[in-house]
Amino acid sequence: MSTAITSRDPGYPTDRENYLTNSSGILSWIFTLDHKRIGLMYLVGVMTAFAVGGLLALAIRLHLLDPEGWMFTGAEANNIYNQVFTLHGAIMVFLFIIPSIPAALGNFLVPVMLGAKDVAFPRLNLSSFYLWCFGAIFFVSALFSSGLDTGWTFYTPYSTTTDTSVILATLGAFILGFSSIFTGLNFIVTINTMRPPGMTWFKMPLFLWATYATSIIQVLATPVLGITLLLLIAERTMHVGIFDPEFNGDPVTYQHFFWFYSHPAVYIMILPAFGIISELISVHSHKHIFGYRFIAYSSIAIALLGFLVWGHHMFTSGMSSLTTIIFSALTFTVSVPSAIKVFNWLATMYKGSISLTTPMCYAISFIFLFTIGGLTGLFLGTLATDLHLHDTYFVVAHFHYVMVGGTLIAFLGGVFHWWPKMVGKMYNEFHGRIASLLVFLGFNGTFLPQFVLGSRGMPRRYATYDPEFAFLHQMSTYGALLLGCGLLYAFIVLMASLAKGRRAPANPWGGATLEWACTSPPPYYNFERPPVVGDPYDFHNIEWDSQEEKYISTEPERKLVPEEQPAEVPAHH
Amino acid sequence: MATIDSHSSESETHDEHGHDHDHPAWLAHHFDTPEQQFDSGKLGIWLFLTTEILFFSGMFCAYAMFRMLRPEVFEGCSQFLNTKLGAINTGVLLFSSLTMAWAVRCAQTEEYKKLVVMIASTLSCAMVFLGVKSIEYSHKWGMGLLPPGSYFYDEANPHPTAQQIVDQHGFSESTAYFLTHSLYYLCAPFALLLIGVFAWLVWAKVTDNKFQYACAKPLLVVCLSFFGGVGLGMVLESGGGEHTVAHVDGDHGAADAGHGHADHEHAEDAHAAETHAAAPALDVESDDVAMELLAESDLNTGAKAMLEAKQAQTAMASGQVVPPGVEADMGIATVEKDVQTKRQAGVFFGIYYCMTGVHAIHILAGIGVLVWLLIRAIRHDFNRQYFGPVDYVGLYWHLVDLIWIYLFPLLYLIR
Ligand code: HEM
Ligand SMILES: [Cu+2]
Repeated sequence: MSTAITSRDPGYPTDRENYLTNSSGILSWIFTLDHKRIGLMYLVGVMTAFAVGGLLALAIRLHLLDPEGWMFTGAEANNIYNQVFTLHGAIMVFLFIIPSIPAALGNFLVPVMLGAKDVAFPRLNLSSFYLWCFGAIFFVSALFSSGLDTGWTFYTPYSTTTDTSVILATLGAFILGFSSIFTGLNFIVTINTMRPPGMTWFKMPLFLWATYATSIIQVLATPVLGITLLLLIAERTMHVGIFDPEFNGDPVTYQHFFWFYSHPAVYIMILPAFGIISELISVHSHKHIFGYRFIAYSSIAIALLGFLVWGHHMFTSGMSSLTTIIFSALTFTVSVPSAIKVFNWLATMYKGSISLTTPMCYAISFIFLFTIGGLTGLFLGTLATDLHLHDTYFVVAHFHYVMVGGTLIAFLGGVFHWWPKMVGKMYNEFHGRIASLLVFLGFNGTFLPQFVLGSRGMPRRYATYDPEFAFLHQMSTYGALLLGCGLLYAFIVLMASLAKGRRAPANPWGGATLEWACTSPPPYYNFERPPVVGDPYDFHNIEWDSQEEKYISTEPERKLVPEEQPAEVPAHH
Repeated sequence: MATIDSHSSESETHDEHGHDHDHPAWLAHHFDTPEQQFDSGKLGIWLFLTTEILFFSGMFCAYAMFRMLRPEVFEGCSQFLNTKLGAINTGVLLFSSLTMAWAVRCAQTEEYKKLVVMIASTLSCAMVFLGVKSIEYSHKWGMGLLPPGSYFYDEANPHPTAQQIVDQHGFSESTAYFLTHSLYYLCAPFALLLIGVFAWLVWAKVTDNKFQYACAKPLLVVCLSFFGGVGLGMVLESGGGEHTVAHVDGDHGAADAGHGHADHEHAEDAHAAETHAAAPALDVESDDVAMELLAESDLNTGAKAMLEAKQAQTAMASGQVVPPGVEADMGIATVEKDVQTKRQAGVFFGIYYCMTGVHAIHILAGIGVLVWLLIRAIRHDFNRQYFGPVDYVGLYWHLVDLIWIYLFPLLYLIR
């Protein structure tokens, strides 16, 4: 064996190796244990959920086109509106955003980035996908039975008295919670026990750090949601008197329980997005990530601090003033690690050689939008201002800036970044970039006016409004239509690539993490033997080959064995 | 049992070569070494146990909060729980932890016969636990010691007939029948299981299927243990049951002093007139002091509000002007002492059923996985290198026991 360990271009996979084609037939997908196929099935699933949730969102916006309500008419209009915004929120949160990055992209990437053959528990992985499907079925059946009108937060006492299908929906969320727990558990174990030799914790790609931090939250917070929803179901069916004031329960307890999960849950949504952005910024700036350790540690810091701030959702629910002050102060501390990340990304881009690829366009949008979202969080975390802004459109705008402007944009960036790896096809860069621009513009058009609306006193979750708000609401609706077009455009770009995209090389962007060292798409076993691990952000030896139109590794020959003792190596082979 | 060794020999292959494609059957393809597989499983189960603890922690929090807000309710109501039965169940679970730990040891040392005995003993203990629990539950259901939505306990007539439940408490006939005959309903699934396993045993014997016979035999014992538990519970409950009620009568009749107030849920509350005036009253003043202490904490807005309401009430009673913003009529002050009513006692039982119910569900799940282990043990699946599943299930089982170790004093003992 030569001493060179250059990971040269692995070429293209044969049909027998390609994970997409190595076995065929519907059963080979339904019972697959391959993390890549499961990831892909998740991707299809969450995208479907996103489409449903998105259509509901458009319905909401269209209804708000007119102060008296435009979309739904008749005596039931307001009830329908309540159901539509509830289902929109519940579907987007539980079925789309929470599983989007960890379960779809994470499943595909975590083992490959680790150079492992699969996640630690492949069967558990498949079962969490099916749990997701079950949960989705419950949600859909809630939709078709008597709907749901509690808001995605299921606050008591309304949720114990409304005659809509609270039980079906909460059962759905309960099941989805377990799906999420199992995914998180799987990733923690995988990252702990299956790293290849040489990959120390601080040689892991930052996406893995982010996934690890996310998984910690999934494992520690989701069970509390589980028991909360279970108690809510018990409250509704047997009146156990824990949450329902009619039976001497305490509705504020419900809020504490709920937000003890749901605030950490917002970090389940955003942390993996941070991970994606760290990868994207570094790879497309062709520059070593700045402040690797800070980014890594800040993920963990966010995961842990995120458990201490849930009370900021309840400043107006009647907590004592001391409690609110403590929660407010803690809320501010969470923004520190988030800011650290933003600064590190900017420093990474500084003097990098930035390729403005589609994924990079999304990454830059992300930095911009997430910053706005995070900063407006501080207004909400401040007691005096939150008293005014709570339950207004300002909150709506805030969380859409972080969840859509943050997580969704990062998810899109990640999908565009790893699409060539997942399906082995390149998409049209020009159209990809146009779509990302439309998404950016449409998004700001939708949600920027909502900050103004909220600060002027427009309450959230109202089906009709004062005519003075009409202009801003209409602007928001037109923005939403543009956003919808942009997303559809992006989807078409991806689909078109399947039909007539160029075959993707192993390393289309010049990345240095391990997933770029195997073929696109990867073989079903990922790597024949554990790959050699280097610095995941060292791009010095990766160069653009303009003839072949792909990146190649020009790694100098490295010696396996130190020079001092050369005798033994050749003796073996 | 010992004659079955069809599966054991292949799994003995040791992977001395450390080669990728020479995995023994029990080593999953994506793991390189048995150690890696074992460590992954171990970390996985510990994480899972963490989620279980957090799952229960929600209920422990609810318990702590309501206990803090309404200490007298918890004191009054925990006396309805039969300490003897709880203690027996604690002992049974502790013993099952021992047999479970022993089972892990047997798997490591490849003592197959003993392994099967240990797993079967653990299973039997689990069944005894459920049997005793059925007695406890059915007894309380019959007395109407239920969550607030359906609570109907009446001290004058603690064991009403189905007809009385219908007439006096407005339940439907089928519900009333269920409540008074709940033990049969609880036993029915286990009786069916017993019959099923017995049929299986006979069938295995007739067809001379040694493996299935070896599986069915211990399972029959396991199913029988449930009824052993029921019997045990009956004996102890009949001795202790009346005593419990009497005990409550003596010590906590005071709780009934205001029986009439809060029970406005039923119109014909014939028993409200029942007087227990003779019973020693709870020390109302010392209770106020406690409330003041609680209200001193800025965190306890509930206690604060209660105190304010109370003070406002006294102020109004003596004709003073109440400052604006203070609600005299929160309804809390009046029902506070009224332990044995829907709204008060019901909450205790709501929490009691949630906690013990979810725990019982975990016992059932544990029974499921233990049966799976039992069958694998009879198949000789485990060996000194591969005993992970026994170990993991063992850890789970210890956690389920541990939770009970907390539930028992919190619900039954602390007064
Ligand atoms: C960066 C620091 C952040 C701070 C300081 C912050 C602060 C807050 C505060 C104080 C509220 C409550 C507003 C109210 O109801 O009056 C809130 C609401 C919300 N935040 Fe954030 N937030 C931050 C980041 C995030 C992130 C990253 C996400 C999600 C990815 C998120 C999602 C939400 C959601 C969904 C709500 C509204 C929940 C509801 O009432 O339906 N936030 N935020
Ligand atoms: Cu929050």
